[in-house]
Amino acid sequence: MFYVILVVTGTAFVLTEGILFYFAWRYRHRDGVRAKYTHGNSRLEVIWTVVPAVMLVFLGLASKTVWGEIKGSIPPTDQEVVVMASQFDWEVRYKGVDGQFDTADDVVIHNEMHLPLGLPTKIRLRAKDVIHSFFVPAFRLKQDAVPGLTIDVWVQPTKTGDYEIACAELCGFGHGTMRGMLTVMEPQQFQDWMKQQEAGVAPAEAAPAEAAPAEAPPA
Amino acid sequence: MSETHEHELPFIRKYIFSMDHKIIGIQFLFMSLLFMIVGGFLAMIVRWQLGFPDREIPLVKYLPDSLNPADPAHYNAVFTMHASIMIFAVIIPILTGAFGNYLIPLMIGARDMAFPKLNMLSFWVGFVGGCVMASSFFVEGGTAATGWTAYPPLSAVPEYTGVARGQTLWIVAVLIIGTASIMGAVNYITTIVNMRAPGMHFFRMPLSVWALFITAVLQLMATPVLASALGMLLFDRTLGTHFFAPAGGGQVLLWQHLFWFYSHPAVYIMILPAMGFVSDILSTFSRKPIFGYKAMVFSIVGIAGLGFIVWGHHMFQSGMNPALGTAFMISTMVIAVPSAIKTFNWLGTLWGGAIRFTPAMINALAFVSTFIVGGLSGIFMASTPVDMFIHDTYFIVAHLHYVLFGGSLFGVFAAINYWYPKMFGRMMNQTVNTIHAVLSFIFFNLTFFPMHILGMAGHMRRIYDPTLYEFLKPWQPMNQFISVSAFLLGATQILFAVNFAYSLFRGKKAEANPWHANSLEWVAPSPPPHLNWGAHVPTVYRGPYEYSSPEVSEDYLPQNRPLVGSPTPSRTVMTPARA
Repeated sequence: MFYVILVVTGTAFVLTEGILFYFAWRYRHRDGVRAKYTHGNSRLEVIWTVVPAVMLVFLGLASKTVWGEIKGSIPPTDQEVVVMASQFDWEVRYKGVDGQFDTADDVVIHNEMHLPLGLPTKIRLRAKDVIHSFFVPAFRLKQDAVPGLTIDVWVQPTKTGDYEIACAELCGFGHGTMRGMLTVMEPQQFQDWMKQQEAGVAPAEAAPAEAAPAEAPPA
Repeated sequence: MSETHEHELPFIRKYIFSMDHKIIGIQFLFMSLLFMIVGGFLAMIVRWQLGFPDREIPLVKYLPDSLNPADPAHYNAVFTMHASIMIFAVIIPILTGAFGNYLIPLMIGARDMAFPKLNMLSFWVGFVGGCVMASSFFVEGGTAATGWTAYPPLSAVPEYTGVARGQTLWIVAVLIIGTASIMGAVNYITTIVNMRAPGMHFFRMPLSVWALFITAVLQLMATPVLASALGMLLFDRTLGTHFFAPAGGGQVLLWQHLFWFYSHPAVYIMILPAMGFVSDILSTFSRKPIFGYKAMVFSIVGIAGLGFIVWGHHMFQSGMNPALGTAFMISTMVIAVPSAIKTFNWLGTLWGGAIRFTPAMINALAFVSTFIVGGLSGIFMASTPVDMFIHDTYFIVAHLHYVLFGGSLFGVFAAINYWYPKMFGRMMNQTVNTIHAVLSFIFFNLTFFPMHILGMAGHMRRIYDPTLYEFLKPWQPMNQFISVSAFLLGATQILFAVNFAYSLFRGKKAEANPWHANSLEWVAPSPPPHLNWGAHVPTVYRGPYEYSSPEVSEDYLPQNRPLVGSPTPSRTVMTPARA
């Protein structure tokens, strides 16, 4: 979609700026040459109203389709994560052994998220204090986390690796440092990682703040 | 500046608490230009911090502590105040307050505004608002630090930012400035509807007046909505209400809807007058009638009308229902059509002209050129899926500066260059201003064009140190390039400021019509006397764009010059309420 718009606007840009500079040069004042006396041309007005209108409607419809794919319906999946944003921390919560949220065996980690490759994951965004925005530039994913609302987005990673998470909505003095790391793993690796996490929480009372033993949060 | 005929007013009534629309316009002009210096200075601080986060700003120890951006909380305060000052205390007052006041009565052939006393009140209320905003630099905790958009809960609860009084002062200041702008709008609408000179039909008004008229309607309809939102926010902060606090049953997104219901029309408040000025200036210096006058008028009206139903495009990622996003996307795409019509008509005006490259004209051409970029980049963010990535990145920062600096501010430079002789009776140095215009255009593009690229790389807005992120580190040289260009852009403005001040006292005396223009303000002497016209207001025989008309040998034909056989219009002349 970005490239479609780039082509359309790029062409319009080159044309109009070209005409602007050409006219400015071509019709500069010269002695004895009088300006053309004209008040306009209705046919031209109609043409340059209709042509952009058609192109914009086309862009609108094309964008609508893509938007529908992103926001329309979330593919059915068991893989769910709850993200609770607060000043200045991303709390990432997995269901844990019992397959339910908000129970003692939830796996809770901070400023890092692990996702399995190739499987759709539903991310439920919440915010504790002010508005934050969950932004993973490499995924082209951005969604505000709003106090009082739970907003669902979904991702389906296509490549393993580490990707940065940033906050994209001004949330106070720590806004610029509200950084996290998203790690995409092979499904098998992910299962192993999850087992290890669950083993860390399951027996004890879930104490969310201390529940991130495996890796130190990235600085 | 203005000479009164019969009775000489005391200095304080003539120049300070004046009811003369020209003096009030000039007061607004000086106030906004002073604030522009403050706002520009804040921008330099922002750019230093982004380009060179590891280095201390030279002389920073001499600044108030609240302006040192190395502390991230202060960085937030600095860009918040940059935007708030530039929007509420510079662009809106300079376009509507300064030029609206100065030009409307002169261009329609009236003696003054319909309500001169209200006009005076509008300036002094606005002035108080500006002072309240400026005072927040000196209170404990510093200024507001929640962006000019002041989204709650961040702005509603002092503990979230650590700023207590500064944010409250910000709310009060914007409320006061809004009140001033409503007073102005009522005056402009009444004046334009009722006080046009004989023969000045609506479709003989210059596009500047049309633009100011429609802008006033926008202000009148949108500003009260902002006032209501600000009132609720103030109550949330000070009285413990919960309009925007979900814990008390409030709705966080309510603010965004109300705020953008005002602030999107406000975007057009900030650009439409500049479009009007540029239309007049392009026509004058092309020595050619404006191309498609009525299409221009209808596109102003169209932009203003559509401007009320596009506010949701600021909220695609806010958690608003995605279906609404689609509706707002379509309305936003549609608003590009009247903008395109205007651009094509400007090009049509140049076509076949005999263009004179005065500084006003160069600034007007710079306006058209940058407005094209700003308009086209708007289409990217109008598209919901694309906006998902570029929202809140430097792509947006680039876009808004192309429209507000490239658009509004080049429009303002063009307008100051064009009407300065009329306002002050003296010419500015044309060579200096030509250099200023060309350098500003170059440095402007070097500053803001690369921001599009940063935005496409994902560079977030409002972060104080991009080098904290791995994916942004490779882009730091570009940030430094932008900063250096911005400093040069800032330095170029010194040329203009010095020329402006010097010419006030030493400029060459200006004649009544130095540009050989047609509209009525050029009929009055430079500067025009109190009540503008001598014994009789001018009579209008034609539209303002009769350049190079075959009916006369000169290449211009003023609106008030009777030709053999032109019918004499009759209409009762209304006078200002005080006269």
